[in-house]
Amino acid sequence: MTTETATTGFLGWIDKRFPLTKVWREHLSEYYAPKNFNFWYYFGSLAILVLVIQILTGVWLAMNYKPSAADAFASVEYIMRDVNWGWLLRYMHSTGASFFFIAVYLHMFRALLYGSYRKPRELLWIIGVILYLAMMATAFFGYLLPWGQMSYWGAQVIVNLFSAVPVIGEDLSVWVRGDYVISDATLNRFFAFHFLLPFILVALVFIHIVALHRVGSNNPDGIEIKENKDEHGIPKDGIPFHPYYTVKDIVGVVVFLAVFATVIFFAPDFGGLFLEAPNFQPANPLKTPEHIAPVWYFTPFYAMLRAVPPMFGSQFPGVVVMFAAILIMFFLPWLDRSPVKSIRYKGILSKIALTIFAISFVALAYLGLQPATPIATLMARIFTGLYFAFFLLMPFYTKMEKTKPVPERVTQ
Amino acid sequence: MKKLIFVATLLFAPLLAMASEEYTLEKANIDLTDQASLQRGAKYFVNYCMGCHSLKYMRYNRVAADLGIGEAELRQNLIFDGSKPGSLMDNAMRPEDGEAWFGTAVPDLTLITRWRSPDWLYTYLKSFYADPSRPYGVNNLIFPNVGMPHVLAGLQGVQEPVFATHETESGEKVEKVVGVSHPTGGSLTPEAYDGMVRDLTAFLTYIGEPIRLERQRLGVYVLLFLGLFFIVAYALKKEYWKDVH
Repeated sequence: MTTETATTGFLGWIDKRFPLTKVWREHLSEYYAPKNFNFWYYFGSLAILVLVIQILTGVWLAMNYKPSAADAFASVEYIMRDVNWGWLLRYMHSTGASFFFIAVYLHMFRALLYGSYRKPRELLWIIGVILYLAMMATAFFGYLLPWGQMSYWGAQVIVNLFSAVPVIGEDLSVWVRGDYVISDATLNRFFAFHFLLPFILVALVFIHIVALHRVGSNNPDGIEIKENKDEHGIPKDGIPFHPYYTVKDIVGVVVFLAVFATVIFFAPDFGGLFLEAPNFQPANPLKTPEHIAPVWYFTPFYAMLRAVPPMFGSQFPGVVVMFAAILIMFFLPWLDRSPVKSIRYKGILSKIALTIFAISFVALAYLGLQPATPIATLMARIFTGLYFAFFLLMPFYTKMEKTKPVPERVTQ
Repeated sequence: MKKLIFVATLLFAPLLAMASEEYTLEKANIDLTDQASLQRGAKYFVNYCMGCHSLKYMRYNRVAADLGIGEAELRQNLIFDGSKPGSLMDNAMRPEDGEAWFGTAVPDLTLITRWRSPDWLYTYLKSFYADPSRPYGVNNLIFPNVGMPHVLAGLQGVQEPVFATHETESGEKVEKVVGVSHPTGGSLTPEAYDGMVRDLTAFLTYIGEPIRLERQRLGVYVLLFLGLFFIVAYALKKEYWKDVH
């Protein structure tokens, strides 16, 4: 083993008081990651990058934003027009919200592809799902802040979901809003939560990485590189994270920033997907917009909510299905019974199931943006069924199918 | 009540969405780099629109700076109420006045093109038609029963509605406005009126996002920088990775 402290100089002084060299080695220069990471492995570090962008732009936006029903909308336009570079901060933040979800959805899909949720990474996956939940809460609270029509009515619809809970529903929704309708009180508390949650996200990301470095990274072959070490105890298929993956991730960061910048500078509304047109109208509690749809990253779950018919005059079953769609992810590590982790060595049933799942998710996202016509509702029901079938039938199809032999060492 | 609103929203959202998309919008064909067009649009706006419609998130001197208007010209031609050049472009109309006179508070137009789109605004200003059943004698093809009078009628003239009989699903026959006639009695030719409306639309599109041209210009440099950075980053990665097999 290499020594974990420097003994001389300034670094030696630090190391006697803080394990700087030890941390650097354990987590960067001597953290051995599989050498066969592919395209899908960029999105973890990219998600961290977007989180940092969101926090920095968010703090500076907060310096000019006023969380009150009377001033919020005007303060956003003040940022867009009168604050130096305010328009850039605002567009980075609004585009960043969508890009955060894009990065995280691709990151999660990677885990599904290569079985990164399987033993010994169950906790890593669970922490990730908690992160995803915290991120959705952050986005939901943040979307109210511009105080446009869609902000207002979107929040109204979602908070009303709580009132569908039997017995305590009405009281619960009033407790969440702090009022009988979305109002100044609601905006104020949502702003407080929107400012707080990102720091909780940072803490969760830290825990996520601690868990990752305990068990080591998975890879596209889904094999444990720690089971094949050389005489120095270093995995034969591992390479130090720094400098190999730091320089590789820089390339990913540049490509990502180019796409990000293209949207910010040339299409910040992104055709009404990232900034919805009705949100350029100030919130008006007396005027319901023609068509209420959440931002695209919530629409798969919104489509599920609308797909479930009310039972006994209550929307509650839809609410249950919507939350179940996320909660079911917690059980994923134990639903997969396949002897192999990666989709590369799984059988045809798993491949079909994952493809149908991905199509269902995208289709639900699309349907959630559209008005609920009878055909759209029928489609949403079918795709909701397929979404849940992916999870609930997993113990069977992963067990039944014939898998391919897994190689000893990673493939390039 | 809240549940009712929620359910009603879900039920009627598709119907309302369809109702407003019956007419195709005309292309506004505006050019935001044409400063003369934007200046004319500003002139028309302060003369014809600003009595009722504010631009309360925008400042006079920002418009002057962006459109190449000097301070003396600004004070003389665009500011009629003695506001300072740094003031927001607000007016004296109160929301209650609008409700009393037009049945609804007069909307601020700073963001109208971002909410409705430039093509919508252009088409809207060309789609008023005579309708004696309305308080101000006019209705609008793409905004049925709008409270606004046709302020530009003296310039455009009056368009008469064109009806067509339309059969509903239950077999009932209803008369429906499907278009408008050529305007008569206006002081401008139809082409000149189109030009005026185009200038107004261009001005309000600029107002909707004054930074638009600047952000596109900057975006090019940002992408060029990232392109160069990519070459360096990629070369660095190649160099480090050449011993990984």
